[in-house]
Amino acid sequence: MANVLVNAPKIAKRGTIVEIKALILHPMETGFRPGPNGRIIPRNIIERFTATWNGATIFDMEMSPAIAANPFVSFFAVASESGTVGLRWTGDEGFVVEERVAIAVE
Amino acid sequence: MDRRRFLAGTAAIVVLPFGTASATPEAMAAAIRKVVGDAAVTEGRVALDLPPLIENGSTVPLVVSVESPMTASDHVKSIHVFNEKNPQPNVFSARLSPVNGKATIGTRIKLGDSQKIVAIAETSDGRFWSASADVIVTLAACLEEAT
Repeated sequence: MANVLVNAPKIAKRGTIVEIKALILHPMETGFRPGPNGRIIPRNIIERFTATWNGATIFDMEMSPAIAANPFVSFFAVASESGTVGLRWTGDEGFVVEERVAIAVE
Repeated sequence: MDRRRFLAGTAAIVVLPFGTASATPEAMAAAIRKVVGDAAVTEGRVALDLPPLIENGSTVPLVVSVESPMTASDHVKSIHVFNEKNPQPNVFSARLSPVNGKATIGTRIKLGDSQKIVAIAETSDGRFWSASADVIVTLAACLEEAT
């Protein structure tokens, strides 16, 4: 199972902008590199990273092989109401990982 | 051939590759056209932050931020990053909306060679803004042995 590290504030003041950082363990194999046997290693990347706040999409990013291994993404969101931020990574070879973090807005 | 002409000739050969290396590869221009269509791209409002000298091209921190109030009437709709000399010109494309509050994205990318990176942002009025950065990569990504 993939390892995910998410950094987001647990508590935020209403209306402030919070930063959400997400890191996931993944090789991001480009599909351009030869392996030890001289054959090209097939591509295996994360193609898409999306984030939702209480179900509504707040961030949507399409990735390419040029994203470094173990993709790190940071983005911002306005803290409007308490709830869960859902993060979802999808990619080659049926890769799907979901993670949730709760943010309390006061 | 006398000595003077020989020296002038070698100087010309040495200088030539530098002239051609700065030309924008067509692949990147084509990838940018695919995003912007026929619209004009204005330089400005976008800040592209990455180290000018990169020791290891397989993990390069990159931050793109766009000057924008991020209101319903004036916000950044998308940010795209392109490169010149990796095997493929696209790096990432992200969609934003006023809920982001701040049009800033940070990530880490791979760079296969010293090259030019271009970031393009589309604002809600349909205009495109860009920034570019030239970077020098001493150890390229893709060269490390696969295990």
